[in-house]
Amino acid sequence: MPDLLIELFSEEIPARMQARAREDLKRLVTDGLVEAGLTYASAGAFSTPRRLTLTIEGLSAGSPTTREERKGPRTDAPEKALEGFLRSTGLTRDQLETRDDKKGQVWFATIEKPGRSADQIVAEVLDGTIRNFPWPKSMRWGAGAMRWVRPLHSIICLLSDDSGATVVPLTIEGITAGDSTRGHRFIAPDAFSVTGFDDYAAKLRRARVMLDPAEREAAIRQQAENLAFARGWDIVPDDALMTEVAGLVEWPVPLMGVIEDRFLNLPPEVLQTSMKEHQKFFSAKNPKTGRIEGFVTVANIETPDDGATILAGNQRVLAARLSDAAFFYENDLREAKSGMENWAEGLKSVTFHNKLGSQADRIARIAALSRDIAPLVGTGPDQAALAAKLAKLDLRSAMVGEFPELQGTMGRYYALAAGHPEAVADAARDHYSPLGPSDAVPTAPVSVAVAMADKIDTLTGFWAIDEKPTGSKDPFALRRAALGVIRSVLENGVRFTAKNLMFWPVIKRVVTDHHDTAPRDRELVSKLASLGYEDDARTILNKMGAATSDRYRADIEKLKEAAGSITDDLLSFLHDRLKVYLRDQGIRHDIIDAVLAQPGNDDLVLVVNRATALNDMMATENGQNLTQGLKRASNILTQAEEKDGVEYSFGADVKFAETDEERALFAALDTAEPAIKQATASEDFPAAMTAIAALRAPIDAFFEAVQVNSDNQIVRRNRLNLLSRIREAGRQIADFTHIEG
Amino acid sequence: MTSPNRPRSFQEIILRLQNYWAAQGCAVLQPYDMEVGAGTFHPATTLRSLGGKSWAAAYVQPSRRPTDGRYGENPNRLQHYYQYQVIIKPSPPNLQDLYLGSLRAIGLDPMIHDVRFVEDDWESPTLGAWGLGWEVWCDGMEVSQFTYFQQVGGHDCKPVSGELTYGLERLAMYVLGVEHVMDMPFNDPDAPIALTYGDIFRQTEQEYSRWNFDQADTDMLFQHFKDAEAECARILAAAETDSAGRRIPMAHPAYDQCIKASHLFNLLDARGVISVTERQAYIGRVRALAKACADLFLTTDAAGVTA
Repeated sequence: MPDLLIELFSEEIPARMQARAREDLKRLVTDGLVEAGLTYASAGAFSTPRRLTLTIEGLSAGSPTTREERKGPRTDAPEKALEGFLRSTGLTRDQLETRDDKKGQVWFATIEKPGRSADQIVAEVLDGTIRNFPWPKSMRWGAGAMRWVRPLHSIICLLSDDSGATVVPLTIEGITAGDSTRGHRFIAPDAFSVTGFDDYAAKLRRARVMLDPAEREAAIRQQAENLAFARGWDIVPDDALMTEVAGLVEWPVPLMGVIEDRFLNLPPEVLQTSMKEHQKFFSAKNPKTGRIEGFVTVANIETPDDGATILAGNQRVLAARLSDAAFFYENDLREAKSGMENWAEGLKSVTFHNKLGSQADRIARIAALSRDIAPLVGTGPDQAALAAKLAKLDLRSAMVGEFPELQGTMGRYYALAAGHPEAVADAARDHYSPLGPSDAVPTAPVSVAVAMADKIDTLTGFWAIDEKPTGSKDPFALRRAALGVIRSVLENGVRFTAKNLMFWPVIKRVVTDHHDTAPRDRELVSKLASLGYEDDARTILNKMGAATSDRYRADIEKLKEAAGSITDDLLSFLHDRLKVYLRDQGIRHDIIDAVLAQPGNDDLVLVVNRATALNDMMATENGQNLTQGLKRASNILTQAEEKDGVEYSFGADVKFAETDEERALFAALDTAEPAIKQATASEDFPAAMTAIAALRAPIDAFFEAVQVNSDNQIVRRNRLNLLSRIREAGRQIADFTHIEG
Repeated sequence: MTSPNRPRSFQEIILRLQNYWAAQGCAVLQPYDMEVGAGTFHPATTLRSLGGKSWAAAYVQPSRRPTDGRYGENPNRLQHYYQYQVIIKPSPPNLQDLYLGSLRAIGLDPMIHDVRFVEDDWESPTLGAWGLGWEVWCDGMEVSQFTYFQQVGGHDCKPVSGELTYGLERLAMYVLGVEHVMDMPFNDPDAPIALTYGDIFRQTEQEYSRWNFDQADTDMLFQHFKDAEAECARILAAAETDSAGRRIPMAHPAYDQCIKASHLFNLLDARGVISVTERQAYIGRVRALAKACADLFLTTDAAGVTA
């Protein structure tokens, strides 16, 4: 059983691409080998900045000979059919045999594929792998036509077993596979040959290359921690940075430096971001002061001066970077303390979206919405509106211009510097959250108000200008915004009618767009504008309703209608996102549908409470049987109503009951109905479920014993009216017709 | 950096690079005589990277970025600075080694420094050009841009050119151990008349910063932009054959107008009179010129077309 070693040696592979490339190399080669009939015991892939390596152990020496029998046309079939069969099998007529089949004599072909040696197969598979490698971005170089992530210089393709190693014959675009590679670019640049994976890894190590990225990461982590420990500091963990740094070096040499005192007053986020983004340094924190006071840079070489020159250089670059940052911060603080008017002014000239106005326009809308949301989350409208007006001003600050990822974080520092309360400043930092499904949702009331307003403004704005997500395209991250609203609402238990809240922003936008798109109605629009629609659509619509002619009133109705249908569409988008969210929480989609079909479906907390209780009940046998009963009642009733052309909804009387089961159902309903009503009114859905679940046995017994469609019309009508009481009881909870099973 | 090999002045670094790349067989060209934002705009790079003819050139290119002006006060930022540019087509297989040799030539020994190739893909929206490569780090500082051109002016580069760009001031400040660009020795510090970078450029940085930011006549610049655009289009549309019947397409004169338009755009941008939305439109207009010039250049002898 030979082993296979492959190395693709190139110029520096971007760090961020290496992990995927290792997996792709392993998958493409092993899949190809298996497809061609080889087997192997194990495979492992490695990478450094300059090489992708694959080792495969226990590869079969060749593929087995295979035989395939294929049935052809009948011997009396037209000549054309036989010709086709010969073509598809690649055989001649004398190589076929005839056999008896149920329907007569049939041609049979036996196709034999001779086994091939491993080296032939490996050469073919590797050639295909290199030519079709799925790099996120690839390039050509020199005068060649080949593509690789960066110029490819050499290939090792070596099969080795006890008797020795042989190079697999393979040439791609002028590169012939061999058995040699090179070590560290500067320490060991000369080529050397290897006899197998163990020899390769050992020689590389001597040539100052640590092949395994996991080993490099571990070495960096341990040495960095040792360096930090010596000073009593802690390394701030950063897995993404670790992976990147390990992908930038073949021989990691961590070096520790100290941040100059003059920079220690910078916010820790600024230090960390500047060091990470620009320099790929790890931050070291002093637990005694809680400040970031040092850094670890990872060099790729051991030098005669133990890295002194390298560290001095890095220190110098960092000082220049942090001088810039300190300069930005001081200027920004000056502006913050003077009230940030210049930033607010500046945002007027920053376009948010050409149909949705400037960032300043957007902030005004978010402030208005925050004012509306404030009472729902238990905070004051003025404070929420103030927080909204401040939350994005840092977009004009020099620091955020330099480090966009510090938006919000800086906003908080600047709002505090301007003398605003903690809760208002926190909203600047937290209102962008949640940024993803695992990101925390804000919980402080002011932050929740601004965060929700921010997202609802985004959703209503893009909905009103008809820029909705389609398929995989969601350029404005509207799905994320919707999920953000849903999670903020649910995790904070915010009670509100989403439709109301969304309608006003939408109608304002519709009125504004009206101005753009329908010049003939400019008169109406200018009238609206003169009444200040930008400030409060509600007021103007009321004013317009009273103060204008019927023609305007009709136009206003049209606007309202347009805004209403946009709002409905947006609500159903929110519902779709809610379904996805709840499905991940283990709530069945049919249960969500059943609940969404109820009135009040734009109060998301109500929807979820109902759905959760129903989901719990449906997980029991009782719940499933109850559903059967409810659906049966509903079906019989619907059929009868269609047939008779009337609605049975009233007047069931126990005195027409003929059986005990019927009377028992009357009694059960008499008990359950007020209990369900009371429980749903107080939103105690588990209690409502218990109350309706008590109907299961009487309903089952009723259907067991009683024929609804009695010949006696009075009895029949009475029973149908009784069924309608069951249907009504169910409708208090959900629309059970949506529930499957 | 205590190596005896260490250069003593800004100009010595430039001279060493000139000598080094001359020794590698590059034609050492002189700067292009127009205002450009980067060495890439020199026709020796933009146009010569197109077509099948082999090419190897190295040159210093004064570059102007009006928005980077800081009145000579910022230690690292200038509105006028120098780039050193190397362009070789097809890119030779040992281009990385050649580049590292140039670092050794100016006194940066990779055995005591930490030299790294860190992913940085290059794109010039105004030239319709992009390539893959790295920024080269020395001890954590970016000292060069290293790019394999894939497309220029919307055309695939076949063969591919390798482009090296050194930011000379920053590189020299590091090699010479200077903290503020204006303190950097321009000629030898022991020369009878020793001149610093500041002696030569502090006043011009102040004057141009003022003009760029406050004084440039924007109406006139807008008009010049339109004029350059129109003249470029006119040259490109002109008959390829002259009155004597010779085929002389005028790719270079047309491209000069494209360079002008690009610089005028940069000036207008520095004056803050181009809004975010207009920005893209202006860049698109310059790109359209660059592409049209590239199209025409590809029909000429310099692009390897034989009549």
